[in-house]
Amino acid sequence: MNENLLIQLSILNIILPLLGFVVLIFFGNRIPKSHLFEISTIFVGLVFSAIVAFYKLSYYEARTLIFEFRWIDFGNVPFVGNLGINLGIQIDNVSAIMQLTVFIVSFVVHLFSIKYMEGDPRYTRYFAYLGLFTFSMLGIVLTHNFLMMYIFWELVGVSSYLLIGFWFEKKSASDAAKKAFIVNRIGDVGFFLGILILYVNYHTFTFSEIFSQISQGNLPFNSGAWLTAAGILIFCGAIGKSAQFPLHVWLPDAMEGPTPVSALIHAATMVAAGVYLVARIFVMLTADAMLVIASIGAITAFISATIAITQTDIKRVLAYSTVSQLGYMIMSLGVGAYFFAFLHLITHAFFKAGLFLGSGSVIHAMHHEQDIRFMGGLRKKLPITYYTFLIYTLAISGVPLTSGFLSKDGILGGTLAFANLTGYWFFPIVGFLVAMLTAFYMFRLVILTFHGEPRDVHKFEHAHESPATMLIPLISLAILSFFIFFSPNPLNIEAGWFYQWVKTPTTIVPQELAFPFMINKNSSQIVVHSEIYMEAMHHAHSTAMMISLIMAGLGILLAFVIYQWRFISADNLALKLRPLYNFSFNKWYFDELYSKTAVAFTLGLSNFLAWFDQKVIDGIVNGTATVTRNTSFASGKFDNVVVDGLVNLTAATTGFFGLVFRKLQTGKVQTYLVMVLTGIIILFFIFKSI
Amino acid sequence: MSVGLNHFLVLSVILFSLGIYAVLTRKNAIQVLMGIELILNSANINFIAFARYGNYGFTGQVISLFVIILAAAEAAIALAIVLNIYKQFTTVNVDEIDGLKE
Repeated sequence: MNENLLIQLSILNIILPLLGFVVLIFFGNRIPKSHLFEISTIFVGLVFSAIVAFYKLSYYEARTLIFEFRWIDFGNVPFVGNLGINLGIQIDNVSAIMQLTVFIVSFVVHLFSIKYMEGDPRYTRYFAYLGLFTFSMLGIVLTHNFLMMYIFWELVGVSSYLLIGFWFEKKSASDAAKKAFIVNRIGDVGFFLGILILYVNYHTFTFSEIFSQISQGNLPFNSGAWLTAAGILIFCGAIGKSAQFPLHVWLPDAMEGPTPVSALIHAATMVAAGVYLVARIFVMLTADAMLVIASIGAITAFISATIAITQTDIKRVLAYSTVSQLGYMIMSLGVGAYFFAFLHLITHAFFKAGLFLGSGSVIHAMHHEQDIRFMGGLRKKLPITYYTFLIYTLAISGVPLTSGFLSKDGILGGTLAFANLTGYWFFPIVGFLVAMLTAFYMFRLVILTFHGEPRDVHKFEHAHESPATMLIPLISLAILSFFIFFSPNPLNIEAGWFYQWVKTPTTIVPQELAFPFMINKNSSQIVVHSEIYMEAMHHAHSTAMMISLIMAGLGILLAFVIYQWRFISADNLALKLRPLYNFSFNKWYFDELYSKTAVAFTLGLSNFLAWFDQKVIDGIVNGTATVTRNTSFASGKFDNVVVDGLVNLTAATTGFFGLVFRKLQTGKVQTYLVMVLTGIIILFFIFKSI
Repeated sequence: MSVGLNHFLVLSVILFSLGIYAVLTRKNAIQVLMGIELILNSANINFIAFARYGNYGFTGQVISLFVIILAAAEAAIALAIVLNIYKQFTTVNVDEIDGLKE
């Protein structure tokens, strides 16, 4: 297996889901059971990506495989020099792992959808969209330049729009699709500007070329501030895609799509893109940019965790938990714990996909009832769903032996180490608080859904366990939520192979722009994981583990106290803390705030522009039309009267003379002869006088 | 008073005028043809007179011979035409034959 073959397999992997999409969208209705074709392309992709990941991680561990070609060559542009755009793909350990993850999640979602979506009138189109979604995400994962990244970024936006609005007959679904797309676009503007800053300065979109320029001290516009700006602007794209504060509002509404789609969006394809992007540009982030990123992540994690506590829609709770976990990842990247952010991205992908598919199974069983207030006691009716759901919940809460414990613990350790070194204690405090909240609301969800007595007996009676094609994905994702796939030691990731594969890249920003702790004592080399940072991490590790365990335990205990054993009445508590409860239940009034400000402003502007269009632009057009009409009318009159008059006059004159001279032509030879003679005589006299 | 060139010319003019008059006023096509003969003969008189009194050799006589031959041919053709006109219109009155008007 040489590297060319790995590259070819990866390119094939990108194309396969696209092939599925094209075939299904054009011929889907003519081929019976065409969705199986699409699923098989994903399966082949899964096998290929597993091969790629295996060989890449085993034999080319330390190398980055790049395939690129000149797509457009602008030649020698005046005042700039040679310009062109290279396209290509890049397979490093991160993208190989990510590729495999995307395929695993995509495949189980496909498998799950076969039964879940059965009977839908647009069944084949649904699978076509899934294929497009997978294709777009793979493009993001494998690209080696910002341009392709941006293109696939938008493709992800389009396919999410199509899938969130899949049941577009429902107004809420089409609204949610529009909201997701537009909110994403806002972030993308920043992303685009960031790319432009880099292209203007370096004349290339390729990651490695840009990074090598920066590492040579060649800063954008010769200023560190611009480098910070570029980093933050590109991060704006991630704010939109990964649903970070203040653009997190679209993700909970994206619940309007089919539940397996939510699993795909929340796990591997859409929101992961933002985190992945920040991981890609991690090396060029300055200290200021990292602080901004960490703050955004922490704020997001906290806000969404507090909202998740009071939501009653099963999918909405999960949605806010996703936002919260994404906040964790972003915060982790911000504090320099690159490895743990990526680890959490992968582990979260598996258990969050599982959680959503599990909720899909519950919703399927309850005949599309999503409100947890009408559930309860489902443990007896849906045993397999319950146990897998419990495993995911343990994982997301950070209970030992699960994958979530490894990653979350690492992130908390990272924030603690960061706080130790820089004094920003905000991050670890928020982190631990959110850990507790996460455990609390997740167990609240489990207890309200599966434990206790059924609150809606009628629906409970009709509930039934889902078929095998829906249970197999649940079980396989549950298995993937255990620690063993990431590290042999359930308490310490650093013993594992994953830690060997994903190396934190060396930062390239100049010394004065990096955090002081990033400078190695001996070699004065600037690295993210400097000796000091590593030491702090080790130091913080056991502390973080202890605190996070206590926090998770506290959260779980609280959930049991309130919802299982009912020592404290949840209703009374809500009544007592009414302002707080309302604040959380109404999602911090973000939607209201935005509709009062940004949306209202945009609507006002649009109304003004519409008025301007109708009155001024249309007025100009109508005025032109009137003038033209009048001119034409006058011109027509001139034509009719003057030109035609002249023509008619000529005709009339000719006719008159004809009438006169007709008399001369008698047809009688003798008359003619008389005339000839007269003429000759006249001529005779004329010439005689000469 | 001896007979000179002027006498011949006056005779020729009288003959020519009579010919013209006949051509212009006669209704019968045959009479018109006769007028034409008069005109031709007045020309002949002119030729011969100039040949006799001028110093031109025999040219005038020769041309007048040609004119006589031409007159004969003309008469033959014209009479044939008149015959055909008669066949067509059953008249030889030139006033009634005004097809040229059309």
